Amino acid sequence: MSPWLLGPVQAAVALMLAPGLVGAIRWMKARLQSRQGSPPWQPYLELRKLFAKEVVVSSNASWLFRAAPFIVFGSTVTVTLLVPLLTVPLPLGGAGDLLVVVYLLLLGTFFLALAGLDPGSPFGGMGASREMTVAALAEPTVALAIFALAWGAGSTNLGQIASRTLITPSEALAPGHVLAFAAIFLVTLAETGRLPVDNPSTHLELTMIHEAMVLEYSGRYLALIEWAAALKLLVFFSLLGNLFAPWGVASAITPGALLWAVLALALKLLALGGVIALVETHIAKLRLFRVPELLSASFILALLAVTASFLVR
Amino acid sequence: MRALFFLMVSGYATGAAASLVLGTGPLARWTSTLVAVVGAAAGLGLATGASMGGAAFSLEAPDLLASAGGLAFGLDGLGAVFLALTSLVAAPSALYGAGYSRAWDGRPVQRQAGFMLNLFLLSMSLVPLADGTLTFLLFWEGMSLSSYFLVMTEADRPEVSGAGQWYLGMTQMGLACLLGAFLLMQAGGPATFAHLRAAGAMLPAGTRDLVFVLALIGFGSKAGLIPLHVWLPRAHPAAPSHVSALMSGAMIKMGVYGLLRIGLDVLGGGPAWWGALVIGLGALSAVLGVLYALTEDDLKRLLAYSSVENIGVIVLGVGAAFLFQSLQMLPAAAFALAAALFHAVNHAAFKGLLFMGAGAVLHATGTRNMNRLGGLIRGMPWTAACFLLGSVAIAGLPPLNGFVSEWLLFQSLLPGIGAPSPLVAVLMVLALGMLALTAGLAAACFVKAFGITFLAIPRSPEAVAAHEADRSMRTGMIVLAAACLLLSVGSFVIFPRLSTVAAPLVGLPAPGPVVRAGLTLQTPDGLAQMSPVIVTVGLGLVVLVAWLAVKRFASRRPLRVGETWGCGRVVQTPRMEYTSTAFAEPLRRIFAEFYRPTEDVSIDFHPDSRYFVQSISYRSAILPWFDRYLYAPVIARIRFWSERVLTLQSGSVHAYLAYLVAALVLLLGWLVVTGQR
Repeated sequence: MSPWLLGPVQAAVALMLAPGLVGAIRWMKARLQSRQGSPPWQPYLELRKLFAKEVVVSSNASWLFRAAPFIVFGSTVTVTLLVPLLTVPLPLGGAGDLLVVVYLLLLGTFFLALAGLDPGSPFGGMGASREMTVAALAEPTVALAIFALAWGAGSTNLGQIASRTLITPSEALAPGHVLAFAAIFLVTLAETGRLPVDNPSTHLELTMIHEAMVLEYSGRYLALIEWAAALKLLVFFSLLGNLFAPWGVASAITPGALLWAVLALALKLLALGGVIALVETHIAKLRLFRVPELLSASFILALLAVTASFLVR
Repeated sequence: MRALFFLMVSGYATGAAASLVLGTGPLARWTSTLVAVVGAAAGLGLATGASMGGAAFSLEAPDLLASAGGLAFGLDGLGAVFLALTSLVAAPSALYGAGYSRAWDGRPVQRQAGFMLNLFLLSMSLVPLADGTLTFLLFWEGMSLSSYFLVMTEADRPEVSGAGQWYLGMTQMGLACLLGAFLLMQAGGPATFAHLRAAGAMLPAGTRDLVFVLALIGFGSKAGLIPLHVWLPRAHPAAPSHVSALMSGAMIKMGVYGLLRIGLDVLGGGPAWWGALVIGLGALSAVLGVLYALTEDDLKRLLAYSSVENIGVIVLGVGAAFLFQSLQMLPAAAFALAAALFHAVNHAAFKGLLFMGAGAVLHATGTRNMNRLGGLIRGMPWTAACFLLGSVAIAGLPPLNGFVSEWLLFQSLLPGIGAPSPLVAVLMVLALGMLALTAGLAAACFVKAFGITFLAIPRSPEAVAAHEADRSMRTGMIVLAAACLLLSVGSFVIFPRLSTVAAPLVGLPAPGPVVRAGLTLQTPDGLAQMSPVIVTVGLGLVVLVAWLAVKRFASRRPLRVGETWGCGRVVQTPRMEYTSTAFAEPLRRIFAEFYRPTEDVSIDFHPDSRYFVQSISYRSAILPWFDRYLYAPVIARIRFWSERVLTLQSGSVHAYLAYLVAALVLLLGWLVVTGQR
């Protein structure tokens, strides 16, 4: 298979797996809470339903409201072309590194926040304000964790970071590596709107962050945004999975290796999803003004990660 | 080269003359604008030629001001970068100004503003071309004074003259420091930069340190580094918007230019603490600048604080270059410097654009208060689209130019952790964290700036009645919006050129770190790469495919327009919307230690029952640290001594004659005592 075809293949795999990941987390959470729960494939049905539905748009909304879902979806899909989901090195690895991934995701957040303000609803504004607050405070942690990873690998290139751990497996347990993993895990919770930062299944507008921003969306626009959100979760999980424990990632492009890579990816996603389900079952949502404490904790972890990789160099 | 130089100078000079001679009507306005645009185009051509490594340009004019040693001009790579960014903003600003200043037709202010604008453009373009102390200081002061008069254009507005005083005070304080720095370097003889360079190497270490610190204060006050930033948020809202665009886009960069010219070129770098100091000031300006911008409700003040932030980011890169050079990490130093220069050029493009957008809003609605704006995207679609593009660029988001230079700055800090001293490594890690926090807060800040101003329901009748900017203003904005995109997509050509400019400055033989590899940008070690072209095209393609797929496969039922959902409330009014103040509230609370907000709520109850509220008034302010604890005592002291001196000025002619006699006697006595004749 041509390496250039690999990018689209990878994006397609990610797009297919993402709703399943969200469904699996919901299902595991339900089982952990002794509920029946909807089947894991429920999000696929929801997406199909939403794409078929009529769209209702607020009379206050401008063209930006209708363009934002495409930008949010497009930027997230572009990220899946750059992240080592299945293979190392990546065909498009030279086009963007970890920083590009982070800032492309921030581009999506930026437009979603603008779209939240557009209909003039107080909930949308509230969601936008809170989402940007959380995103801004998560930024330093992300940067320092990238710094820690990059220092080990000598580069912010995602393929380099993953191959470095593949070549010297002992790296995976290096203190800098582990601390960076913990920091990025906390950031994942914040950036993907999971508990304890945001509750993805809340129905009370005042406690919403992400859901408040997208409150005005319906039909195919909502479908795009939900799909992009699921994809973002998958991207963060696969970064956690493949940068810190890159085993299973194909280093040669053969059908067998790719199939094995897809399987390994699905297993890692399920494992991380299980952790999230467990976390969300055990803890409650933090007050908004205590979220900075969580994020400063993750910042400290990232700082320790940098220090650790600096000390053991 | 020489022809382009004369074309540029004569373009601006003709523009100034046209404003004086041709009256105050459209003829004068358009003539002076068009020749200024020709001048800017010539300046851009001159800069491009010089940066492409063409014949070095130099021109001596010993007959001009011969008694003081004559003028000398020259253009090297560093000067070319700053001439290019000045010209880049100058042409669109002049065009925009032609539309913006139409309201002044028939008034004397038109003549003054047109004249001063061209004088400003001329002297600002000649600052990077100056080759020597006299020429440099002459045009530096010309730039300061002409911009002061431009700030004072609308002096009939109450807040303007105060803003002008702050600006004049800070800029003259800066000039005093610069005079001190140049005097210390001057060893007699003709003072071209080549001579200063030779003399600079001979200076004792203590003098070099003093020169550097004086230059840092002098140039820092022009650049708007915290704590010398106080004039920016005052002067920018007071000035006409195309002038704000020029001051923020180009003039404050001259502070960076001067710092590089004196610190790196003339003095040839210094000990590590110079770099650490500059990094510290840069990081402080970046973070505090964006924090102040976040809580600002005045659109132009917000942009002014954001300029403080961006200057901080640029200076952070400059500081990293100083530090790496002192540690002999020369490729890293050249890379950091080139990244800082690129951010300076990028900031010129998007900040010029944003100030023009804010000016269009001000022009259309008469207010800069975001809490009275909203919904302008309908009445002003072009301005909104341009402002949105500028916001994405300044927030450092792909695929625009702000992201590219931010990426480069991040990468340029990475080698810092490999520095031999752990102190340097820690400093770099902290600087990186600050840079990232700045980027995140800037994104939040510009969601607010664009979202509150242009989206949702208009919050005032003026916002409802807003009209689109006229054609010349639109053209100015569109040119800079296109520049933002081109600077990103073309970065694989531009950035390597900048790194060849940066290399000799840090003492690396040209061509410096080779960072060109096809369409991608690379770090000097070649380990990290990024391609703005591929990211831009890829993002565009993916969005297009998604749009086509949704159009083809999803439901084709037409959109239904409904009301915004609001928990069953009956009518929606703009008062229910989030305001600019409300948007920033969570961050204001989180950074309360810094903001120290004071809140004052007074509730007016119905006389019969406390259950009925008649009105609530809420007032809140943040603590102006620098004004209160740094400037207020200084101003109080100056005022105290001025009042003491005032007793001398009694108004009596007899007393003045007595002073004259006393001075004469003292002077004669001194001559007698020292025995001179």
